[in-house]
Amino acid sequence: MHFEFNVEGGNFSKAGTASSQLKKILKQLNVDPRIVKRVVVALYEAEVNIVAHAFSGTIYIDIDTEKIEIKLVDEGPGIPDIELAMQQGYSTASPEVREMGFGAGMGLPNMKNNTDRLLVTSEVGKGTTVEMTTYLNS
Amino acid sequence: MEHSNFHHALKIREDLCIGCSHCMNVCPTEAIRVKNGKSVLYGDRCVDCGECFRVCPVSAIIIDHDDFNYIFDYKYRVALVPAVFTGQFPEDISLRQIYSVIMDIGFTHVYEVENGVEVLAEAINEVAAKHPEKKPLISSFCPAIVRLIQVKFPSLVENIMLLKPPLDISALHIRKELTSKGIPEEETGIFYVTPCAAKIAAIKDPVGEKSSAITGVINMDILFNKVYRQVKQKNNQLCTLPVEGMMSKKATCWSLTNGEAPYVKGRSLAIDEIKNVIDFLERLENEEVSDIDFLELRACDESCAGGVLTISNRFLTAERLRNHAEDYHPNLDVQHPDATPKIIENKEYLMQHIEIGEIKPRSMMKLDENMAEAMKKMEKVNRIMQLLPMVDCGICGAPSCQALAQDIAQGEATIKNCIFIQKILEQRGELSLDESIQIMQDIWGFGKTNKYRDLKGI
Repeated sequence: MHFEFNVEGGNFSKAGTASSQLKKILKQLNVDPRIVKRVVVALYEAEVNIVAHAFSGTIYIDIDTEKIEIKLVDEGPGIPDIELAMQQGYSTASPEVREMGFGAGMGLPNMKNNTDRLLVTSEVGKGTTVEMTTYLNS
Repeated sequence: MEHSNFHHALKIREDLCIGCSHCMNVCPTEAIRVKNGKSVLYGDRCVDCGECFRVCPVSAIIIDHDDFNYIFDYKYRVALVPAVFTGQFPEDISLRQIYSVIMDIGFTHVYEVENGVEVLAEAINEVAAKHPEKKPLISSFCPAIVRLIQVKFPSLVENIMLLKPPLDISALHIRKELTSKGIPEEETGIFYVTPCAAKIAAIKDPVGEKSSAITGVINMDILFNKVYRQVKQKNNQLCTLPVEGMMSKKATCWSLTNGEAPYVKGRSLAIDEIKNVIDFLERLENEEVSDIDFLELRACDESCAGGVLTISNRFLTAERLRNHAEDYHPNLDVQHPDATPKIIENKEYLMQHIEIGEIKPRSMMKLDENMAEAMKKMEKVNRIMQLLPMVDCGICGAPSCQALAQDIAQGEATIKNCIFIQKILEQRGELSLDESIQIMQDIWGFGKTNKYRDLKGI
């Protein structure tokens, strides 16, 4: 089954709409609640990333009886060093900004912990694509 | 689809129901449909919150309870009274008057439910410290909330603390005390005075436990009427002097909103009213909110003071309980020789029995047990949704277009139930007027469609 959701950059009041929708779908499909929780947490994190950093984005979700595949494509600034961004605690925020409480640098690592496969590709100045796969029978 | 298996205290009386659909429209879990002019309850979705009971204009929704005279089957009759019961009475009626009258009308003992809090509060903090993985710990106090999480938020079931509510702890205490006086267990009847339907369901069909220590349930409105009448009629007659002591401030206010939360270590939040709770749990499930240690969640606005079986205004009840709590002073709390010993004296025994078994999810959301089948049904739901008008008018007998689409996919309704589709089918000549009237009558009953037809001379 295929689903698509649009994400608006900068609108935090709508952030989480796609993850809520996916959660409802997975519950209706009788997916194990623990898997639902992991998938939804990962998607929420990714969705908020688009809202926080990009101009706009689209979420493509494909579900079959084996796996859930989610692809998030955004138009935005892109990530210069993905490997660095994947490290826990890494953030683009400056020390002063972080002292105020911004940018804890938990986003990508949290997504990785909650999916079976995570692939991030990015082009600076164009945008970022995040692909996440979760297997249902592992 | 199966629609029962669970005991519900809420029942719809078919002889009284006028099929007005008020209940269907307020049900937070979409558990009600209208068929043949009567409301029908889907038992697997109902959480006994009682919102339907509140709005029924003809009192066709009833709350099952035990007959008052059932208490006389027992030699020793304990009234287990929650603090909100005393909050139902005007200020000029004292707590002692209320207890005195409860004994005059047939009980041998009166005991306040929230005494159990003295043992429970400590146990909550112990569980929180022992199970950091359960964070946030969700209170098991409100049975409608426990059921709501089971049916609507299965992934949060693990967060519910597996501890008995104050009610069951107090019942165990009083049972033990009476047994220790040599009273045979079968001669003791413990009767809980309930402010809501969910507590009844919890006693008749406990979650995480095999049986309840409580013998029977009496609805609060019924006992209030009996007691208030006696209070009014009593003038200088002999009366029974109650012997029980007072409850602490903490215990008196426990059943009100923010009654539990302040006593749990860490960051606690109190949320009342079932729609507020649903909204919050949606966010919690997405992990949009984190770092909360404890959640006090109650189905009714103003918690038990707003229970569906209460009589007084919920805000006045809450105010009275706070006043009672202010009146408490340890120095005034002198133990009467005949009173039930303080619950804390039985702490060790009660702590051994305070835990309840595993609470299992019973999701109402799933379209089918089998995922492949569920996907087929979901595709069907999505196709149907594109045909429906999305106005949620309820004329089809379901609370929303989405609910109708799901009912159709489950084989429990047809798309012809939608009035918009009917009009198109009529226009195309695929549905006769007689058939269309018949469909309406199958949903709303014979009477409603004939009111206008039978009227002459407009």
